[in-house]
Amino acid sequence: MDTLLLSRIQFGANISFHILFPTITIALGWVLLFFKLRYNATGEARWMAAYRFWVKVFALSFAMGVVSGITMSFQFGTNWPGFMQTVGNIAGPLLAYEVLTAFFLEAAFLGIMLFGFSRVPGWLHTLATFLVAFGTTMSAFWILVLNSWMQTPAGFEMRDGVAHATDWWAIVFNPSMPYRLTHMLIASGLTVAFLIAGLSALRWLWGDRGAEVRTTLRFGVWMGALLIPVQIAVGDMHGHNTLEHQPQKVAAMEANWETRPNVPLVLFALPDEAARENRFEIGIPNGASLILKWSPEGVVPGLNDFVAEDGTPLHPPVAPVFFSFRVMVGIGVLMLALSWAGAWLMRGGRGVEGLPRPVLWGFAGMAFSGWVAVLAGWYTTEIGRQPWLVSGILRTDQAVAAVPAPMVAGTLAAYLAVYAVLLLAYLGALTYLARKAARGEEVATPETPLAPEATVRAIQPAE
Amino acid sequence: MDLFGDPAHWLPLAFAALMGLSILVYVVLDGFDLGVGILFPFADKAEKDRMVASIGPFWDANETWLVMAIGLLLVAFPAAHGAILTALYLPVAVMLVGLILRGVAFEFRVKAPLRHKRAWDGAFFAGSLMTALAQGFMLGLYVLGLDYTPAHVAFAFLTAGALAVAYSFIGATWLILKTDGALQRKAVSWARGGIWGMVLGLVAISAASPLVSPRIWDKWFSVPEVFLLAPLPMMSAALIALLWIGLRRLPARDDSFAWFPFAAGTALFVLAFFGLAYSFYPYVVPERLTIFEAASAPESLFIILLGAAVVMPVIAGYSILAYTVFRGKATDLRYD
Repeated sequence: MDTLLLSRIQFGANISFHILFPTITIALGWVLLFFKLRYNATGEARWMAAYRFWVKVFALSFAMGVVSGITMSFQFGTNWPGFMQTVGNIAGPLLAYEVLTAFFLEAAFLGIMLFGFSRVPGWLHTLATFLVAFGTTMSAFWILVLNSWMQTPAGFEMRDGVAHATDWWAIVFNPSMPYRLTHMLIASGLTVAFLIAGLSALRWLWGDRGAEVRTTLRFGVWMGALLIPVQIAVGDMHGHNTLEHQPQKVAAMEANWETRPNVPLVLFALPDEAARENRFEIGIPNGASLILKWSPEGVVPGLNDFVAEDGTPLHPPVAPVFFSFRVMVGIGVLMLALSWAGAWLMRGGRGVEGLPRPVLWGFAGMAFSGWVAVLAGWYTTEIGRQPWLVSGILRTDQAVAAVPAPMVAGTLAAYLAVYAVLLLAYLGALTYLARKAARGEEVATPETPLAPEATVRAIQPAE
Repeated sequence: MDLFGDPAHWLPLAFAALMGLSILVYVVLDGFDLGVGILFPFADKAEKDRMVASIGPFWDANETWLVMAIGLLLVAFPAAHGAILTALYLPVAVMLVGLILRGVAFEFRVKAPLRHKRAWDGAFFAGSLMTALAQGFMLGLYVLGLDYTPAHVAFAFLTAGALAVAYSFIGATWLILKTDGALQRKAVSWARGGIWGMVLGLVAISAASPLVSPRIWDKWFSVPEVFLLAPLPMMSAALIALLWIGLRRLPARDDSFAWFPFAAGTALFVLAFFGLAYSFYPYVVPERLTIFEAASAPESLFIILLGAAVVMPVIAGYSILAYTVFRGKATDLRYD
């Protein structure tokens, strides 16, 4: 394999590993703030117990996110020097603002949030929780701004092959940014909702009948049930935005080769790029035209419009975009079915007891479904951007560093080994924490949070 | 924008200063918590928990200064960022794997099943050591101009070892400040052992950089510079002597002067940093690319500077808040 492909795989592996953890911490920060505020308002121990359990998951995820994020900031230079040399004037300030407004905020207040409960007044601890949640969201904001700008660049001019900013407002609020940001923030919310519901269902199945697990299971199911319809609507709007600005990506998502009306919604097919057609296609007649243009006669752009005169494709590789899009949508449909079934079964006074065991196992099995959907969604949009690194300005092969391929392969193997171990360890640690909690080993909560003397030594990281 | 003269001149200068400050703050702050990790094998089980507790609330924010420094290099001097990082491809990869191991071991050692704790302690040590060695290696290679000749690589290995020992030294001085009893006494003896790494690193770099670069030689050894600069090495020597004497008398019975080794160690790092900065200015890639040649467009730099001017004091403010909240001797880390 050549340096370009290896570098792409390496960057893809690193960013895939990284995004798993911010996806959890972005929304979990706000959920923790909610738990803390409920506890402040009601004084009920279950909210504090929920905070205690999930703050550990947060701390672990945060550490994984920080260390894998540092890798990203170096890889721009080690593998993709052409990126900053061409668009550094725009990407630079955006990344700088991420570090300045978000990274420091979350890192500094994380210490107080995790270990400061008995050292600072209650309001400061709540404020620290808020600032950490706010910091992670700001971080997501700036990164999504930069990513959206790479997809739909605006507010700049090219001078001597280098992009110069002309309008920062247009750069930040570029055409795809509002849709992509909203889609990602809700995706984070759904990931956390199903993680909370899933781990809580697992604890329930292991015999935990405490007030805390009841609270978090209900919370997770309801959060998922409320967010998923919003996400489907936002995803649809995001798709229309993509159709307007990156039609070749939508053509690949739908595996539509010819620009034409009455395009079917392809449920399954094997796109064949050599023959430029689909094999084994199963579709709903007029489906894609209806979804994308609200009319059976709607004309949907096709991939064959995006081929250079010498035959080189100017559109992304079709099969990976086509399949990852279907994986994302499929998980969305499963999420909708399961969370609504769960909410309906718990209706009235039935509560958690209303959930039959298969449904509980369903939630446990879907605990990390958000991760799969997020990765599939990102693969859709990022592979869908190829062959461009920055749409219309810089191709991916123009930005890669001339590092010898064996060196990239060697470091890639090292990263993959480390990531595999860490992912297993992370999943193992979460299961272990849930099992310990299910056995009731650390449910004790302080009588009064503001009197550290009275604090039961409930949770020590060193145990 | 033209308030201070030509922005194409003062903006790169301002960013070089900001980047230098970030590197300095990073080396001191992450230096002590990497050092604590390097000292791990010398401590017993209970001491390890105390040592982790002494850096637990801080390491995250400390590491952020590295992101800040590399971010500033990336955004202010994009051409240099590419040139330096592709030249340092392998040591950067080693450092990143080290940082990953160190950072996650922190969490896993207390959240994974108890039987795995020893393995995570091992990862914590290995990660800290890998990071320190890789940074020392990069420092050595950078000082000699980023060439992979056998002599330069050998020198880089020397600075790698020296920086790891220097980090263990500042880590030990941090423990003197943050602990008491038997662990504090141990930390004093670690600091006594580690100070030579600091001395070796200082001497090696001070000797090698003027020898390989006539430009640096002239900057230091022509008249009157040699007299104006004399206080720098003299102050370093005085600090080392004071540390040498002080470490033989610590810990005091009433714990007075427990702050001194850490403060003196920090001062040494600051002096060494200014020496390096003086040697290499105005180059960001030694002898190849000056900060003015490598800088981004002034309008982009200006918009970052605007943000930095507002945000940096706030960052300083809440960093001080965090250090105040967790001041005093380290106790068990608790989520309550």
